[in-house]
Amino acid sequence: MKRPIVFALIAGALFGAGLAVSGMADPQRVRGFLDLFGAWDPTLAFVMGGALIPMAIAWRVQRRMTSPMAADRFALPTARDLDPRLIGGAALFGIGWGIAGLCPGPAIADLAIAPVPAAIFVVAMLGGMILHRLLPAAPVKQPTLETSNV
Amino acid sequence: MGDVFANAMPVQGLIGGLMIGTASAIMLLGLGRIAGVSGLAARATGITVDGAPRPLAIAFVVGLPLGALLVALILGPVEERFEQGLAALVIGGLVVGFGTRLGSGCTSGHGVCGMSRLSARSLVATATFMVMGFATVAVMNAMGLGQ
Repeated sequence: MKRPIVFALIAGALFGAGLAVSGMADPQRVRGFLDLFGAWDPTLAFVMGGALIPMAIAWRVQRRMTSPMAADRFALPTARDLDPRLIGGAALFGIGWGIAGLCPGPAIADLAIAPVPAAIFVVAMLGGMILHRLLPAAPVKQPTLETSNV
Repeated sequence: MGDVFANAMPVQGLIGGLMIGTASAIMLLGLGRIAGVSGLAARATGITVDGAPRPLAIAFVVGLPLGALLVALILGPVEERFEQGLAALVIGGLVVGFGTRLGSGCTSGHGVCGMSRLSARSLVATATFMVMGFATVAVMNAMGLGQ
């Protein structure tokens, strides 16, 4: 069976089901995990641990494959530099995650569970993504001006 | 020990996590792609032209609520406490959307896929958003904005 769209739909549905089963569709449970100095709820750590197991195996399998099962080639991230955008973006994401108790996966899955508040968050999130797009693209290794007397 | 972490759901968390990881493995081994929800959402909506072919991104993103809906239909109501209020939803959403694009990923792409690949970028990103998440909730609680 080489129907990539079926793979994508099954992956998305299994991902969404996993979020619902794990309690991660509940923003208060996620905030409970982030409330490290309060009534800490470690559930998210179990979810992350559980998710890392199949993926750690999958990466080992991937190294032995020349191409994916339903696509021509692997298209995987190649960036290696720890640039300010990576760290600044992750920091902002963490702040938003803490404020709302939602990250993109659970928010989209919640469109079926709590449609109104989930939709408000998702629309705002897409707005944030559009705002980012309006920024100038990442500079391509601009030559830095050396100033001797800073 | 009974009341320590009284509300935690370690078993459901682990099972759900295994499902999430398996879904990510299907994306990797089936389609050769990272199951990063923020990137796929941006691709599905046309906000970016980079990444997976758009029909695949749309199928994955549509699958997320479908899977959650299936769980609700089969296992009964899914726990969802949206108590954060309108301002937190809007501000949080804006910041999450902007931040995940700027930082090239979120909990799924960096947290699940990148960390299991031992990507230095993903390890740094995940540590950063975890610490900032902890700090944000701590500051909000200290300011009396706890939920």
